[in-house]
Amino acid sequence: MKRLALVGTIVLGLLCLVGQPALAASPIKIGVLGPMAFTQGEGHWNGATLAAEEINAASGIQVGGEKRTIELVKVDTNEFLSIPDATNATEMAISRHKVDFMVGGFRTEAVQVMQDIAMDAKKIFIGCGAAHPELCTRVTKDYNRYKYWFRLTPINSTYLGKVDFLLLAMVATEMKKALGLEKLKVAIVAEKAAWADPIVKAAEETLPAKMGMEVVGTWRPSPVAKDCTAELAAIQRAGAHIIFTTFSSSVGLTFAKQWGELKVPAANVGINVESQKSGFWGATGGKGEYTVTVNTLARVKITDKTIPFYDKYLERFKEAPNYTAGTYDALFLIKEAVEKAGSTDSDKVVTELEKVDSLDTAGRVVFDKSHDITWGPKHITSIGTQWQDGKMLCVWPNGWEGVTFEGTVPHKLPPWVIEHWKK
Amino acid sequence: MLLDIIIDGLIKGSVYALLAIGFSLVLGVARIINIAHTALFMTAAYLIYIGSKLMGLPLLLAMAAAVVLTVLLGLVVYRLFIQPIQEHEAAVLIATIAVAMMLQEVFLMSFGGHYLGVPPLVDGYLTIMGAKITYQHLLALGLSLVMLVGVRFFLMQTRLGLALRSTAQDREVANLMGMDVNRVALLTVAVSVGLAAMTGAIVVPLITVEPTMWMHPLIMMLAIVVLGGLGSIEGSFVGAYILGFAESLVVFMLPMGSFLKDSVALSVMILVLLIRPEGLFGVSFEEER
Repeated sequence: MKRLALVGTIVLGLLCLVGQPALAASPIKIGVLGPMAFTQGEGHWNGATLAAEEINAASGIQVGGEKRTIELVKVDTNEFLSIPDATNATEMAISRHKVDFMVGGFRTEAVQVMQDIAMDAKKIFIGCGAAHPELCTRVTKDYNRYKYWFRLTPINSTYLGKVDFLLLAMVATEMKKALGLEKLKVAIVAEKAAWADPIVKAAEETLPAKMGMEVVGTWRPSPVAKDCTAELAAIQRAGAHIIFTTFSSSVGLTFAKQWGELKVPAANVGINVESQKSGFWGATGGKGEYTVTVNTLARVKITDKTIPFYDKYLERFKEAPNYTAGTYDALFLIKEAVEKAGSTDSDKVVTELEKVDSLDTAGRVVFDKSHDITWGPKHITSIGTQWQDGKMLCVWPNGWEGVTFEGTVPHKLPPWVIEHWKK
Repeated sequence: MLLDIIIDGLIKGSVYALLAIGFSLVLGVARIINIAHTALFMTAAYLIYIGSKLMGLPLLLAMAAAVVLTVLLGLVVYRLFIQPIQEHEAAVLIATIAVAMMLQEVFLMSFGGHYLGVPPLVDGYLTIMGAKITYQHLLALGLSLVMLVGVRFFLMQTRLGLALRSTAQDREVANLMGMDVNRVALLTVAVSVGLAAMTGAIVVPLITVEPTMWMHPLIMMLAIVVLGGLGSIEGSFVGAYILGFAESLVVFMLPMGSFLKDSVALSVMILVLLIRPEGLFGVSFEEER
């Protein structure tokens, strides 16, 4: 009996030694924050998942003398439906799940609150969704408090506006050339939302004064309008050649679909977040063809990483990555910064993130003094995409400031627009 | 521009009328305030999407199946959640809100917040004096008229319709006269949900399918039935066109304020009610019964 007990004790001891959980380095916990029931949240999660799998497959992150794997924590902020939900989810990620880093966020109003919670806890939060400049202005105003915030994607709304006007100029040049039009008439259509107000104001001032165009009217439908036929009829009556859009909500889908159904004789260009999604073609029944939008990713060679990431994402999740899938790059940035810092200490990692200069899936990543992503021909430019024959293709930059990404195709005017205006 | 306003107002009014008629019917006949009415309309829309896009069924077959399944669901909801508390109108109201929220969550969990679409039954558009109108919108316009006439005929010219109206007028007397009031109520619910589902079938190619798509139509529908007179089918029809034209006028006359079209339409409702608190057809419908 004694012998049996002795053997049992030895076996148990050996089992404990084999298990040895105490010797394994604890994983680095990264909270992925987003509205998980919606496309944007799915993008956050999917991008982070791919990056975590790749990093873990290569033994994880080298922190000082040990390798640590990544453990993702899915944080459903539900920020489309409830900002308090986003607040609670962020609190829980920090206090209960004890995340080391945070990535994601989408709606500016929600991200502002999430940002404050993260800053209080001195957690690095890499924004991958909200575009409002204020999120980064806070860093310059109160560096010590907000230095843990970085925005990776998208480019801020001021830069988005610049790309928006560049796309408009591209379409206008082509219309003048192809149709022999002298002065173009533009209808401004923007959803009634705070983020769109500066773009509308800038368009109303810039188009007549600097771009030589006539503004025939400004329409501000609700972000969730289910019918835009009246707006489209009024735009056609106003004789617009181009519709300059600013949409981030479901109205973008309705508008593009009905624009195609009614074959309104005006090119459709601007920001239309719905048209950045793979499901746009199916949801509009193909009627959204020729819609042009500012975008972040398409299957073009922005860097060597873009197409492999795009294809892998498409194969795995059966849809193209949208800009919130920038969490993929965010995780690699964290890996690089932690390895250089040799620690997960937030202050040390911030110092390394501030030095980042890397070619990632959406372009060259360099953070400016406000911890915002730098925009420009030598950095991230963003792209312009157009739906052509069921595919979302890159049409801009196509020679702008000498930048053309391999795989870019020429922009096409809708045939019914050409037919209508051809002299 | 006047022609554009007329056409657009007619289309909007028709779509709203389609939604409001079914709601009015069950409210007028069975005294059930069914907040889940537009959630059932959403259910039909999702079922059509599932049938046509995910299962590859022909669109018309998917629509027919969706209507049948939605009616069955509506009857189950009625038997489980409404019938036991039918005498308590406030409880019914709350129960139907809960049902609507449950359906929203079910679709949100199943399909996420994705915006989905269904192709039109008839593609293309017609140009009338420079104003464009899609065939699908024309179809909605025509079918709403047919449905209105059909419902009117059913209620006024058939024995079943008479049973529905008499039950609504006095449930106890109808019972004493030998009518099975429970069966009549069940039938009314079936007809009402059927109308919601058919509305879904007609309207779904015109709109975006998503889990909160039931809320905006609900608000407009409630405004229409209040404006038209609670429970009055004719009132709902007229109210729908008034609000439809109000919306169109805002977009054409005040482009910068086109986001205000719902608020303006609802303000029109309040104005009408200030002048005629019972709604446009409230009294006449009562007298009619």
